[in-house]
Amino acid sequence: MNISVENLTKTYGPQNAVDDISFTVNTGEILGFLGPNGAGKTTTMKIITCYMAPSQGSVRVGDYSIGEHADEIKKRIGYLPEHNPLYKDMPVIEYLEFVAKLQGLAKSGIPQRIKKMVQLCGLDLEKHKKIGELSKGYRQRVGLAQALIHDPEILILDEPTTGLDPNQIVEIRNLIKEIGSEKTVILSTHLMQEVEATCSRAIIISKGKLVADGAPSTLQKQAQGSEVLKVTIEDGVPEDIYNKLQQLATVKSVDLDPKRSNHFIIAGNSELSSKRGVFQLCVQNNWVITEMIPVEKSMEDVFRNLTLN
Amino acid sequence: MKQIWTIAIREFRAFFDSLIAYILIMVFLGLSGFFTWLYGADVFYTGQASMQPFFAIAYWTMFFFIPALTMKMLAEENNTGTIELLLTKDVSDMQVILGKFLSVMLLVLIALVFSLPYYFTIAWLGPIDHGAVWCGYLGILLMSAAYAGIGLFTSSITKNQIVAFLLALLIGMFFLIIFGTLAGNMTGVLGKIFAYLDVSGHYQSISRGVIDSRDILYFLSISALGIFMAQAVLAKRNTTN
Repeated sequence: MNISVENLTKTYGPQNAVDDISFTVNTGEILGFLGPNGAGKTTTMKIITCYMAPSQGSVRVGDYSIGEHADEIKKRIGYLPEHNPLYKDMPVIEYLEFVAKLQGLAKSGIPQRIKKMVQLCGLDLEKHKKIGELSKGYRQRVGLAQALIHDPEILILDEPTTGLDPNQIVEIRNLIKEIGSEKTVILSTHLMQEVEATCSRAIIISKGKLVADGAPSTLQKQAQGSEVLKVTIEDGVPEDIYNKLQQLATVKSVDLDPKRSNHFIIAGNSELSSKRGVFQLCVQNNWVITEMIPVEKSMEDVFRNLTLN
Repeated sequence: MKQIWTIAIREFRAFFDSLIAYILIMVFLGLSGFFTWLYGADVFYTGQASMQPFFAIAYWTMFFFIPALTMKMLAEENNTGTIELLLTKDVSDMQVILGKFLSVMLLVLIALVFSLPYYFTIAWLGPIDHGAVWCGYLGILLMSAAYAGIGLFTSSITKNQIVAFLLALLIGMFFLIIFGTLAGNMTGVLGKIFAYLDVSGHYQSISRGVIDSRDILYFLSISALGIFMAQAVLAKRNTTN
């Protein structure tokens, strides 16, 4: 099922929390929804899940629109809200049963479905405990289990890994990836590694506006611009190497690292790579390259570039 | 309808899990039993086989108990954010409110069922006006429905349960005391309006055995007004924050 968001705007008083955002998500895609805190991620998700009405614009889920067919959409969406609110005084099993009934599952199929969720989310040992007694990681799993109980076609997860330890984060990400292969998933986060690790596409929003949309690798490339190399060249006089490097056609500028001798930072010209040129130069002069590292811009840099201005 | 029932059952279980139900039933039976059998204008003092003392006490206990039941219903969901979880399931705002309303009425019904032995014992002691007793029970139910409506409304406007409780008592106080006092001090149209708004007249005429559609309409409209106002408050998230 596809989700298409068109010109979505949500106003809180004088402030536009979401400002004219449009994007689409296709089946099988895991969309990373990135943005600094307060960028409008949660608001957008609340609108898609039919919790709130938008001020302007529309959202279509498959053939349904949020204004007219909220009930049909709610049946098809599994939602894990921010902070993962749960009824703490209910036992896990009872809670899952409650959600299953609310989502209109046939009574005969409920016990089996719960069993499957308990297995999938690794809740077997905790299933009879009250939710309030569980640790944060297990609560997160209960949150995921309740979102998945009715086998929704769409999964919307608002910061699913905040507050988890590294092992739990990896587990939850794997779970999301496993589930996401046949569903439409939107996942909000402000962690870059999360997008790189799980998402097939990323959207970055800042101050309510969409600032980037594409595969994580494409976004990275866009921000990358020209090539930057860190090179250590030995067996030569640094000044001599410096001068000759600068004469290469593909090299825009060369910096000497003041902390390490014979270490150069080479910025390339436009899209041409200067790796070969540097190598040939060294061969001609009998210098030895002991290190050559291409400097990659991470998603973090992409994010900062796009959201700080 | 199925959704309403699912929510009602969850709330109903929560009453028993949190001991609220046991406390309510025990205190309700204890208080009303004390005044029916042992103290003041009790059955033996008046020498009449009548449930009037019981209904007179229920009139006050419900005034305190219903807000205690409803205070957490929406306030806690607002506070913890579970309301978002609930409303993104396949349920409407109205179904959530009606489910909660129904659970309160169920608990009141259970408490009243446990008070039936009083009725049977008094009926065994002497001739009792059976019609009046059943009308009295109906009166309690109707009054509880009105308080539940008010309680759900006050619970919807805040995240703080205590605020919800006190506000429900305050609004209840108007219907229970203040409108009656105002009616006593005023004449003409205003006096009549306040007299109509006062609970006691309606409750007493029902618990004496007179079923008037105006009295029933009175309680049901307070209840409905509370429910619709709670729904309007919930729907506010769609316009502003």
